[in-house]
Amino acid sequence: MAEKITLSLTVNGEARTAEVPPLARLLDVLRETLGLTGTKEGCGEGECGACSILLDGELVNACLVPASQAQAAELVTVEGLGGAEGEPSVLQRCFLERGGAQCGICTPGMLVAAQRFLDSGAPATEAAVREAIAGNLCRCTGYSKIVEAIQAAAPPVGSAKGSAA
Amino acid sequence: MISTIPVTSAQTLAEAYAVLAARPRGLRVLAGGTDLMVQLNARVGLERLGHVLDIWKLRELRFIDRRGDALRLGALATYTDLMRSPLVRACLPALADVSREVGAWAIQNRGTIGGNVCNASPAGDTLPILVAAGATFVLGGPRGERRVPAEEFFVAYRKTALGADELLLRVELPVLAPAERLVYRKVGTRKAQSISRTLLAVRATAAEGKLSGLRVAAGCVAPIPLRCAATEAAIEGRAIDPGTLAAARVALLSEVRPISDVRASAEYRAHVSANVLERLLRDLAG
Amino acid sequence: MRRPDPIEPTAFVGSSPVRLDGLDKVRGRARYLDDLTFPGQLWGRTVRSPIAHGRLRGVAFDPAFDWTGITRVTADDIPGENVVHLIFDDQPYLAHGLVRHCAEPIALLACADRERLEEALRHVHVDLEILPPVLDPEASTEVFKHYRFERGDLARAFADAAHVVEGRYRVGHQEQLYIEPNAVCAVPRPDGGVDLFGSMQCPFYVHRALLRLLGLHEGQLAVIQTVTGGGFGGKEDYPSVIAGHAALLARKSGRPVKMVYGRDEDIAATTKRHPAIVDHRTAVARDGTLLGAEIDVLFDGGAYCTLSPVVLSRGAIHAPGAYRWPACRVDARAVATHTPPNGAFRGFGAPQTLFAVELHMEKIARELGLDPLELRRRNALRPGDVTATGQELRHSVSALPVLEAVAERVQWSRRRAAPRIPGRGLGLSLVLHGAGFTGSGEVKLKARAGVELTPSGCRVLAASTEIGQGTTTIFAQMVADALGVSMEAVDVAVPDTSKVPDSGPTVASRTCMVVGGTLAGAARALQRKLATHAAELHGVAAEGVVCQGGVFRAGARPLAPFTEVAASWLATHGPLSIVEQYSHPAGIVWDDDEFRGDAYPVYAWAATAVEVRVDADTYETTVERVVTAQDVGKAIHPVLCAGQIEGGTVQALGWALLEEVVHDAGRVKNDRLQSYLIPTALDAPPIETLLVENPYPHGPYGAKGVGELPMDGPAPAVAAAILDATGALVPDLPITPDRLMRVLRGPPDAGAGRG
Repeated sequence: MAEKITLSLTVNGEARTAEVPPLARLLDVLRETLGLTGTKEGCGEGECGACSILLDGELVNACLVPASQAQAAELVTVEGLGGAEGEPSVLQRCFLERGGAQCGICTPGMLVAAQRFLDSGAPATEAAVREAIAGNLCRCTGYSKIVEAIQAAAPPVGSAKGSAA
Repeated sequence: MISTIPVTSAQTLAEAYAVLAARPRGLRVLAGGTDLMVQLNARVGLERLGHVLDIWKLRELRFIDRRGDALRLGALATYTDLMRSPLVRACLPALADVSREVGAWAIQNRGTIGGNVCNASPAGDTLPILVAAGATFVLGGPRGERRVPAEEFFVAYRKTALGADELLLRVELPVLAPAERLVYRKVGTRKAQSISRTLLAVRATAAEGKLSGLRVAAGCVAPIPLRCAATEAAIEGRAIDPGTLAAARVALLSEVRPISDVRASAEYRAHVSANVLERLLRDLAG
Repeated sequence: MRRPDPIEPTAFVGSSPVRLDGLDKVRGRARYLDDLTFPGQLWGRTVRSPIAHGRLRGVAFDPAFDWTGITRVTADDIPGENVVHLIFDDQPYLAHGLVRHCAEPIALLACADRERLEEALRHVHVDLEILPPVLDPEASTEVFKHYRFERGDLARAFADAAHVVEGRYRVGHQEQLYIEPNAVCAVPRPDGGVDLFGSMQCPFYVHRALLRLLGLHEGQLAVIQTVTGGGFGGKEDYPSVIAGHAALLARKSGRPVKMVYGRDEDIAATTKRHPAIVDHRTAVARDGTLLGAEIDVLFDGGAYCTLSPVVLSRGAIHAPGAYRWPACRVDARAVATHTPPNGAFRGFGAPQTLFAVELHMEKIARELGLDPLELRRRNALRPGDVTATGQELRHSVSALPVLEAVAERVQWSRRRAAPRIPGRGLGLSLVLHGAGFTGSGEVKLKARAGVELTPSGCRVLAASTEIGQGTTTIFAQMVADALGVSMEAVDVAVPDTSKVPDSGPTVASRTCMVVGGTLAGAARALQRKLATHAAELHGVAAEGVVCQGGVFRAGARPLAPFTEVAASWLATHGPLSIVEQYSHPAGIVWDDDEFRGDAYPVYAWAATAVEVRVDADTYETTVERVVTAQDVGKAIHPVLCAGQIEGGTVQALGWALLEEVVHDAGRVKNDRLQSYLIPTALDAPPIETLLVENPYPHGPYGAKGVGELPMDGPAPAVAAAILDATGALVPDLPITPDRLMRVLRGPPDAGAGRG
């Protein structure tokens, strides 16, 4: 019989704890235990990317991470992308202005992946942007406006490395 | 039930070995979760799962270095690690390149070479490259360490030489000699997040239009990653001319035993493997 | 009868304001059904048939299992009628007697603990006697619906023909693959009623179905749409099924019951695009003029009728394509097979038959040695032409403009004249899509929508759902303009069947044209009423008092802000709602029995060119470029409009190249996203859209519909491009590398003609 573990971790800069079975999916820990429902489930098999979050700075599918591996981790979810008062980030504003979200279910994971890409400082060429979000399936937009929004949020090619608002 | 499955998160290799020595019933090893968690989520094999040994924290298995003529990859090297490693880029660029074709970014950050090897799917993307490169797998456990050549490691469909009380510790690869090249092509189902339909890897040295030191390996055309010995023999030491290419094609078609599944027909796998092989040979011959 | 909407300058219509629900969505604050927690909720799961056809002898619950705290429902527990009310009422909520498809629901379980619930599912034994299934539609003898219409002298056409060209075209299932799976929660009321929350396109469909299932009266049931993560038709009728299941469990347990499908269950059990086999036999003159068409259409409806008659109807009407036919006969049938019932998916029958006619045009062009563009130019419908159902096209006919726009952008003639590059191809298609319901659909529906006065503006009351396409935003734009206030002053009510009128379903590319138009009319009526009130208050004549920018003016003289007039009205007269009913413009005549007349009030038009590269070694097709010209009358919101075009185009590319539902004895083998493949960002090319606006005088601001048109053109254009690149005409979708290989390597006539 497995005992629950006490997870102590940081989510969007805030210290949180959770008592969960060690194999509980980090996705469920976020959504059900911690009440952070921004991260979505689309497939449960790591194919759609709707559950994308940052775990210690790296993009992962939360549906494939067991709770036991998130001990002392630092997580960033969509709820942590904007400003402290909830104002949208540069990337989020670009999504709004350019129609990057339609039904919105892929949007949280898409934004986390896109922000991580922008934070890497890699040049936001069309090909690089598409590769960065290749693990985030969207059925509504056909990706065009998502790519445009990410490119619009990137610093101009040749400038210093930029980041989120 | 998933909530009742005990997990040991090993902090040291010794701790992991202690679990292995106890041989708990239904033991599965967990690294990045891109295979095991998918199975758990799909409730596949749940009844047989008794205990999980989580090795994700083992620093001893997370490295990439070079010792003499060997490139050494710790079992926990992720696809992202392989892609970013200047050593891998220098010694075996095909491995860095194929890592970029596995899944997509989030999978690359968590999937490991050890997982790819031990999962032993015939569609494992690194496996034909490891076989073609002449990789050796270093296994370890409470009974000690041993070395198994890649092509002896894959025994049957999803069955390996790994003992019940063993872990894959690292993959050792001979560094390519200056005139040696290893090329590959993955034929997937779409441009990202795709499982291979077929994957060919060829290592050879080219001199005056002739290829020698051939190693040819194919994925998705047999229950295991296949070393194509007859194909190698048809090419070894020969000029890459229409005659050799035709012989290579015949040899390959005689060795592969693909199946038809949701991804591709057997005919497709066979025919396209032969096409891809031909293209790779021409590439190598220059 | 409504006067045609004036095409006048507008503040919001025609611009692209940030969508109303955008901020919540990018902040991760939009609450989809699974994000909601209902106090005391149980989880619900469905026991399903593992086989395609069988006699259901019984359902047994393992006595050795501890069933405490687990609610169980079988067909015997149904208080009302065990039927999913839609058209023919042949589908049960829970199978009894016979099972007719894999994954057919048989029993339901609910429990507060999800793991126990899963355990419990494994302890339900279904006793089934296996019967042989009919899986091939051509072998089926059960016809759900048959349409046949004919026009002109076919015998003469074929006698006069210089060429007779035949072809058979096949398309398979396509899964809508909304990223949010089906999800509902049924909350029981103390009086036996239910509040049903869920991801859906048509709350009133669910409402009607649940009334019958549960034996409730109107006032006992409210169906409320929650933020919906994609629909594409897959949440048009299917939600009635999952909602009914949740409601049965809620009723029996007395607790809220949440049902959220796993992806595999959603793929295996829910409706898909109808597979189709379309046969063409065409009489053509020497110069490429089309003389006559004989078209046979066979749709696989799956095990139950659901929407098949309507899908078939649209498929049949679109079968002749965007062309003028002196003679034409269409014979269309929807038949039953022992597979999960098929249903609505963007395009709704038209993509299937348009694929066939467009690829057939390519075949005709090849056989006659004609340029495919020239063949289409010669035969495309022009204003004043009469369609195969006898409809004279009086308004907004843009076949030639869209065709020429695309041809020019891709430099068609220059490309055709240039030397061939091995493995590269360019293909073209021309399509039309009828806006709104077919025939007398809207007449029967009597859609109603309206506005309710609020202190600062108004609240839109409509059943139309926001499923990503931008419903709430375009409603706010149109109503704000019609009322003369800012968009911030317009609130769009959540579609709740107890609070909004039945505006009809969110389908058929009708939301903007039909419901939006009705709302604009109601908002204008509201303005006039308030204008009269303002005039009385200020002692001026009512004519000439108009609200613009939130201020009532008499000519140039400002009278009072909207808020003041509204407050005065509300204090004096109390609440004010204006709800209007949609009516077709005059002169639209359709005969259901003869299947003749004005099938749709108007058509939208699209031409699409696709450039492909085909890999000689692997037969993989890469779409390098898509250029499409689409006439939707008027783009109410150009960014949302382009979003529909781009999204629909990529969905169609997926259908053309990637998406296939693979069955084994009627069971879906690829019920996971690793094996049912949709395009990723690397598979989707950039889409160049040319918006052609040819206003429809009877659409709001000239708008027709845009939701489905983009789905119709890309697939045949891809097939045409592959034909150009390889010389292989692959008449089946999807054109997987495997399929292309077989045609290129196979026997000489494989895939080239009938049979």
